Amino acid sequence: MTQPVLEKAPPPPATALLEIDDVSVEFGGGKKWKPVTHGISFSVAPGETVALVGESGSGKSVTAMAILDLLPANARRTGSIRLDGEELVGASEKRLRQVRGCDVAVIFQEPMTALNPVYTIGHHLSEAIRSHRDVSKAEAAEKAVDLLRQVHMPSPEEKVKHYPHQLSGGQRQRAMIAMAMASEPRLLIADEPTTALDVTVQAEILDLVRELQQRTGMGVLIITHDMGVVADVSDRVVVMRDGRVVETAPSRELFARPQHDYTTALLEAVPRLGSGTTSSAVADRSAPPVLDLEGVAIEYPGSWRKSGFRAGHDLDISVAPGEIVGLVGESGSGKSTIGRLAMGLLPVAAGRMEVGGRDVSAGSRADLVHIRSQVSMVFQDPASSLDPRRTIGQSITDPLRWTRKLTSTKACRARAQELLDDVRLPKEWVDRYPHELSGGQRQRVGIARAMATNPRLLVADEPTSALDVSVQAAVLDLFSELQREHGFSCLFITHDLSVVEQLATSVVVLQHGRVVEQGPTARVLNDPQEDYTRRLIAAAPVPDPDLQAQRRAQRLAG
Amino acid sequence: MTTYVLRRIGVGVGLVLLVLTLIFLALHLVPGDPAMLLLSQGDGGSATPDAVARVREQLGLDQPLLTQYWQFLSGALTGDLGESFRNGQAVSEAIGERLPRTLELVGLATLIAVVVGVPWGALAARKGGWFDSVTSVLTSIGVALPVFVFGSLLVLLFSLELGLLPAGGFTEWGDDPGRHAQLLIMPAIALAVGFASTIARMTRSAVLEMLHQDWVRTARSLGLSRRTVFRKYVLRNSLNPVVTTVGIGVGTLLGSTVLVEKVFSYPGLSSLLVDAVTARDYPVVQGVVITIAVLFVSINIIVDVLYGVLDPRVRR
Repeated sequence: MTQPVLEKAPPPPATALLEIDDVSVEFGGGKKWKPVTHGISFSVAPGETVALVGESGSGKSVTAMAILDLLPANARRTGSIRLDGEELVGASEKRLRQVRGCDVAVIFQEPMTALNPVYTIGHHLSEAIRSHRDVSKAEAAEKAVDLLRQVHMPSPEEKVKHYPHQLSGGQRQRAMIAMAMASEPRLLIADEPTTALDVTVQAEILDLVRELQQRTGMGVLIITHDMGVVADVSDRVVVMRDGRVVETAPSRELFARPQHDYTTALLEAVPRLGSGTTSSAVADRSAPPVLDLEGVAIEYPGSWRKSGFRAGHDLDISVAPGEIVGLVGESGSGKSTIGRLAMGLLPVAAGRMEVGGRDVSAGSRADLVHIRSQVSMVFQDPASSLDPRRTIGQSITDPLRWTRKLTSTKACRARAQELLDDVRLPKEWVDRYPHELSGGQRQRVGIARAMATNPRLLVADEPTSALDVSVQAAVLDLFSELQREHGFSCLFITHDLSVVEQLATSVVVLQHGRVVEQGPTARVLNDPQEDYTRRLIAAAPVPDPDLQAQRRAQRLAG
Repeated sequence: MTTYVLRRIGVGVGLVLLVLTLIFLALHLVPGDPAMLLLSQGDGGSATPDAVARVREQLGLDQPLLTQYWQFLSGALTGDLGESFRNGQAVSEAIGERLPRTLELVGLATLIAVVVGVPWGALAARKGGWFDSVTSVLTSIGVALPVFVFGSLLVLLFSLELGLLPAGGFTEWGDDPGRHAQLLIMPAIALAVGFASTIARMTRSAVLEMLHQDWVRTARSLGLSRRTVFRKYVLRNSLNPVVTTVGIGVGTLLGSTVLVEKVFSYPGLSSLLVDAVTARDYPVVQGVVITIAVLFVSINIIVDVLYGVLDPRVRR
């Protein structure tokens, strides 16, 4: 299915800072080289922000890393990469080293693994400062504090002495940006800089990059899969798919009139807040709730001489039969903790929990058996939640064997085929192994396994956040259909408000282990009563450049 | 960091007490009366009840178990480990004479092993190719080769064939420093070979793992030289598992130098232990075991503290 590739990009501005011309990256060695990207061309002007977008495997990161030759040892680049007219392909290692961190700086996705755990933030910054300038250690230390101040790090004098693991994700990314800004680069490459962060933190980081850009006039190349981020920051967009550029257009034009079918499909798949699609689930409030929490507190048990950590306070949450309750909140808000509680994986520290009309607060063995006959779970990462050594048929029916609902191999196999059919996978795949499946297919298997015991309540913990948007849309559609057919209730844990809007009948907004606000989805999202909910909604970027510009202005003013 | 160090030391003290208790219990729970054994030494004949009672009183074996335990503990903690059955020498004195020799031998062997093993492993990981393959073969041989075989080969080559070094024996440093060093070098090398191989393999795999960490790419993106990146962002991080390996290795060496001591007629702690076991000299056995246990625990504390110094995430 190769579509005609749209190659007529608008002519690059006359004063391009970075020109990428017919660049391909190949992996391999010796005589065998396998290309992963094919003839990529685009440019970045000074002061311009270009977004390189695409789903996983599109080659966007590899292309960005090729600019400074930060590729793995078994990769090589061909074509022409020019920085201010200077050719970087084939440049000496010495020259590349001068360019790296000086003319062109990079910030990476996961600031935890991108910083060396054994050095302090101050050490990292000094290294960045001293790599291109001949300054004394004392001067560098002073400059480090100054850089942290520029990226609005709270108490910078203290933070230089901290190690990466002592900072929050957002602070780590600020430190990373401070390192990148150390020698005032002319081009900043940002590789998924906010993917691992919460939406409110993401907004702050994007604001910061924009502020620094306005002050220094640097060009920014941002790599992302999030169309909301694209709409928020970029002037021009380069859309990639399977190692090729399918479309290049100014941001406004691209969102308003996508030229390529793939771009259109990509934009359509992005769930957006206020899109009109709402949940098809119908809650039966006359019947007793499937899950009922009354004043529940949750504690992670502590170890010897350490008290436990209280991750949930005074929770009142109820899930009616047929209802989908969206649990939303940022990392550390306790949403996954509530999911684990509902599965009986954490004890009730105080209050009362009922599952299917039975009080299970005591957490006895019989209670747990009862919980597991009524509740099952869909996990976040389908790659690691399926046993790689078991066929998907075996994995799907394992819960049945464990609860002794089905014991014969033949019956299990038949049930597995039935369940595969339910999740729209071919029955014949029952003997395949997880590695033979794509991410979306694996998550379908995860859903089939959760449904094997005909649970009354499904706990879905971020089931689509590891998937590409187009795959996510298909999995969410399937989920809604299954819910209509089988009528199970669901606790849907997510950080994505637009997913909640599409799927959930009611929403519970959490912060620091407490319920901030709860109610019917439409009411909470359209007319939030609490400040925190309003902030969450405002921070989530929407794939519309004009709307996003308005929201940014509002956010910065307020 | 201070709390971390103090906690490690606290755990260490607890461990030593536990080891002392276990040794005490082991000696009292094994079947057979030490007094009987002592009196019937060698000939298997039976002693008179009178004599047995006298010996029991002498050794304090007629006291209640708890009193014996207390005496044993307080003795051990004040350095009084009893007297040898064989020659009446104070056990602490015998150990005091042998221990420095073993420490010297193990210390030198460790130094050689680290100085050779770490750079070699790092180089193998960095270069790859034929050098890595050769390293892999050599270190396999090094780990597998028994120390007495390698030791004998050394004696054969350097003493008998080339006549460069004395084949074995021991001279005090004070008497003749040159000969002391000459006698130390071969046993130390014999001990170091297997140890260096283990360290090289561990360093190699740690470096290979660190090479692919994200922070290495970050360091490269800052424009640091390859050398700096390797030294500060790869090798530095690889040291943590290496330190653990060295710590365990040193602890193991302390108790197992006996083969090397035998090959080179080197009068160290291990040979004292083996001789005492053969002669059923219980106080000496007990004393040596306690000494080795305490050393082992101390080395582990040092390793834990080093680990905290090397990796800030460990300090809690």
